Amino acid sequence: MIKKIFFQSIFFSFLFLKEAFAAESGGMPQLNPEFWISQIFWLVLTFGIMYVVLSKFILPKISNNLESRKSQILENIEAAEKQREDSEAKLKEYDEIILKSKMEAKTIFNQTREKTLKDIGAKKEVLDQQIDDEINKAEKEIEVLRVGAPDKINKIAIETSSELLEKLIGSEVNSSSISAIVDDLSRRNGDKYYGN
Amino acid sequence: MAANPMSQFDVYRIGPEIKIGAFDISFTNASLFMIISTVSILLIFNLGSKRNSVLPNKMQLLAELSYTFVAKMISDTAGSKAKPYFAFIFSLFMFVLFCNMFGMIPYTFTVTSHIIVTFILAAFIFIGVTVIGFIKHGFGYLKLFVPSGVPAVLLPLIVVIEIISYLSRPISLSVRLFANMMAGHTMMKVFGGFVISLGLVGGWLPLSFSVALTGLEILVAFLQAYVFAILTCIYLNDALNLHH
Repeated sequence: MIKKIFFQSIFFSFLFLKEAFAAESGGMPQLNPEFWISQIFWLVLTFGIMYVVLSKFILPKISNNLESRKSQILENIEAAEKQREDSEAKLKEYDEIILKSKMEAKTIFNQTREKTLKDIGAKKEVLDQQIDDEINKAEKEIEVLRVGAPDKINKIAIETSSELLEKLIGSEVNSSSISAIVDDLSRRNGDKYYGN
Repeated sequence: MAANPMSQFDVYRIGPEIKIGAFDISFTNASLFMIISTVSILLIFNLGSKRNSVLPNKMQLLAELSYTFVAKMISDTAGSKAKPYFAFIFSLFMFVLFCNMFGMIPYTFTVTSHIIVTFILAAFIFIGVTVIGFIKHGFGYLKLFVPSGVPAVLLPLIVVIEIISYLSRPISLSVRLFANMMAGHTMMKVFGGFVISLGLVGGWLPLSFSVALTGLEILVAFLQAYVFAILTCIYLNDALNLHH
C-alpha cells in the first residue's frame, strides 16, 4: 500500500515538474547574453588580479619555502653523515689505541719477566757460588779435622792410658812406650775406625 | 512547488547598473562569487606562505601540498619546459576548483556553470597555446596536423580531422566543465524538489539520492578542475614539445 502511494507520488511529481518547466519561460539562463559582457569583465579582472598576486608574491614564497626546507634537510643529512663518519674514525682510533696499549703491556710484561728471570738467575748463581764456597770451606775444615783427628785421638788415648795405668799400677809409666803401642794399634785398626 | 531547477543559474545585478560605453559591466552575483573565490584563494595561500618553518603548520602544509600537486601534474604531462607557465596553470586550477567548490554550498552561485565563463577561459588557453606553439616552432607548428607514419592516401583526410579536432579544443574544454557543473547542480535541485513534493512519506528516497549526489558532485567539482588543468597541460605539451 505504502509502496503504491510512493510510486504514484513519484509519477505525479514528474507531472508537476513538467508543468513547472512549461510554466517558466526562457530555458537555460546561461544562454541569455544579457550579462555576458559583465561576466567576461569580472572574470578577466578577478582572474587577472589573482594571477598577478599569485605569480608575483605568493608562489615564489612557497617555492622558496620548499627549496629552503629541502636544502636544510639535505644539510642536516650531510651533517649527520659527517658526524657518523667522525664517530667511526674516532672508534677506529680508540680501537687502535687499545690494541697498541695491549701490545705495550705485553712487551712490558715480557721484558719484566725476562729481567726478573735474569735477576733470579744471577742471584741464584751468586748464591750457588756462595753455597759451593761454604761447602768447600766446610769440607776443607772437615778434611783438616779428619786428618788431625787420629793424632789427637792417639794423644788422648796415650794420655788416658798413661793416667789409667798410673792409677792401676801406681807408678809412672814411660809414655813413649805407650805411645808406641797406641800408634801401633791405631795403625792396625785405623781402617776400622775412620773408614777411609 | 519547487522552483525551476534552472533558476539557480540566473545572473542578477547586485547594486546599480554600471556601463562603460555600450557595455554593461554591472556587479552581479557571478562577479560576487568570482571575487569570493579569488579572495579566499589569495587568503589561504598567503597564510600558507607567510611562515617558513621546517615543520609546517596546517595552512603551510595545504599550500605546499597544492603547490607540489600542481607542479607534479605539470612536469608529468608537459615536461620541464612548461615551468614558466606554472603560475598560470596553478591559478587556473585553483580558480576552477574554488568556483566549483563554492557552488556546492547551498544558495550559492556556481561561476563555472556558465558557458561564457568557461569558454573565455578555454579560448584564452587555446589562443595562448597556439601563440606559444608558433613562437617556439614557427610554421613548423603546423606539422602538428600531419601525424608521422600515415599513408599518403589517408593524409588529406587525417589533416582535416586533426585540424577540426584542434579547433574544437576550446569548445570541448569549455563545454565539458560547464555541462558537468550545470548537469550536477540541476540534478541536485531536481532531487531536492522531489523531497519537497513527496513530503514525509516518500521524500526519504530522493533525500538519500540527494546526499549521495552531493558527495558525487564534490568529487566531480574536484575532478573537473583537475581535468581542466591537465588538458591545459596536454595542450601546452603539444605546443612546447612538437612530437610529429
